[in-house]
Amino acid sequence: MEHKYWNKTMETMPREQLRAIQDERLRDVVRRCYENVPFYRDKMQKLGITPKDIRGVCDIELLPFTEKQDLRDNYPFGMFAVPTSEIVRIHASSGTTGKPTVAGYTSGDVDRWAELMARALYCAGVGKNDIVQVAYGYGLFTGGLGAHYGAERVGASTIPISGGNTVRQLLMMEDFGSTTLMCTPSYALNIAEAMVREGITHDRLKLKSGIFGAEPWTEEMRQHIEEKLGIDALNIYGLSEVMGPGVSMECMAKDGMHIWEDHFLPEVIGEDGKGLPYGQQGDLTFTTLTKHGMPLLRYRTHDLCVLTDEPCACGRTHVRMGRIMGRTDDMLIIRGVNVFPSQIEHALMQVEGVSPQYHIVVDRIGNLDTMEVQVEMKPEMMSDTVKDMESLSAKIQASVAAHALVNAKIKLCQPGSLPRSDGKAKRVTDNRKL
Amino acid sequence: MHVKQISVFIENTPGKLAAFTKLLGENGIDLVSLSVADTTNFGILRGIVADYERAVQLIADNGYTVKLTDVLAVKVPDTPGGLAQVLDVLAENNIVVEYLYSFVRSAGNHALIIFRVDQLEEAEVILEKAGVQMLSQQEVRGL
Repeated sequence: MEHKYWNKTMETMPREQLRAIQDERLRDVVRRCYENVPFYRDKMQKLGITPKDIRGVCDIELLPFTEKQDLRDNYPFGMFAVPTSEIVRIHASSGTTGKPTVAGYTSGDVDRWAELMARALYCAGVGKNDIVQVAYGYGLFTGGLGAHYGAERVGASTIPISGGNTVRQLLMMEDFGSTTLMCTPSYALNIAEAMVREGITHDRLKLKSGIFGAEPWTEEMRQHIEEKLGIDALNIYGLSEVMGPGVSMECMAKDGMHIWEDHFLPEVIGEDGKGLPYGQQGDLTFTTLTKHGMPLLRYRTHDLCVLTDEPCACGRTHVRMGRIMGRTDDMLIIRGVNVFPSQIEHALMQVEGVSPQYHIVVDRIGNLDTMEVQVEMKPEMMSDTVKDMESLSAKIQASVAAHALVNAKIKLCQPGSLPRSDGKAKRVTDNRKL
Repeated sequence: MHVKQISVFIENTPGKLAAFTKLLGENGIDLVSLSVADTTNFGILRGIVADYERAVQLIADNGYTVKLTDVLAVKVPDTPGGLAQVLDVLAENNIVVEYLYSFVRSAGNHALIIFRVDQLEEAEVILEKAGVQMLSQQEVRGL
């Protein structure tokens, strides 16, 4: 198979040269963090280090970790390393409780993001002759705009259709002759099922590739999607704090996602907080080497995975990460939205009289994630009329939608009926087979 | 004149209602009147018992969510149109009936109906004026 590169020099650079670039860029980002972000200056001063102590990647373990909580504590713009006059874009994802997690981009950041997404599209063999249907959500979520800028950068005809309205997706896919679909893998399955319903066989479409991400999926799901849509289905990874989609991307070898190491320095951290060698599973952690708006040092994604630097068939030299095997925290990904149980708890507490005893049941029905929040009854919630009880359910549902940005079914339960283990409440049952 | 009704939250899963009524039975509590409002997920069991104080204590102690509501126990002539007369009186005075249900037992030639209304005190006055008889808590205890 012939492999095309968007930026051959960088993507196939020998690893020693790549390391030299990382060393230089790491020194630069540490200096920028120290000089411009009080949070990092304080942390480094407490550790007794200055930017001079960081000679290169070999000194990475001297640097402090960054947690999502730190982003929350510095909400909204406290992690920015430039004045807002330099910020041209702000994205936000749901935070662990009420407040969202914010990311700011300079025009240079937006430009580099487009470059990395362009590399990702080339990994999937997508170029200027392609018609790319971007069915990720557009908005505060980085999926839509991230994919969009990359598709435009490679010169593809880009359709910003956004998510939802599956019938219209199919109409445009057929009439416009879309060759590439970008969306969450569960939505791709949804489209595949809608095709069956509408009696559209994939030979009527020109679709040849799909770039799917924003939620974990399996090899089995890949095979299923590839078969149903008649395409190559490739995995893309990213998170808004670090950039958005395109932090890493699978090539046609379909054997792990290349992390663009000239822009991100990945580590895999073990339970003891020490870096693990390639091949061992741990908490994926990123230092952003070239971000100016919101640079992050050793940001813990809490995504569990394995890295490998084994040479790849595609010729790219950048390390590959395996599929995400789970989380080291309790974050759930529901239809691409990050949801923490603490957000649900927060949402419940906003409704007067509602019990904080809850249990979340996640399932995947017809390829779509569903979430049910079971709430234990307490006397203040009780009414003798169905009308009042239903209005209480509706209020809880609205609060969950507002605070956790997810639609959940609310189920009121008898006190003491929710699962507990060793006296400690069990908050989540995930019935999805991922 | 009104009476206390107990309302109990019952999950809509097999065996839940049975377990609850068993609890009452084992403790000698007789439901003299009963209705269950059901939704997809849960039901609200409403009933009148002779000794509501003891019933509430027992039900709450056994982990159920229970609430007391004041309702009217109305004696309605057990003849065609009997209920309509009472409802007419309430409607004329803009009193909303949230729900109603009948007693298991009747009192001679009268049916006993529980009325849950939005304006309890007004309804009591109006019904009394219209000559409609209602049971007191004491009378309920004697049923």
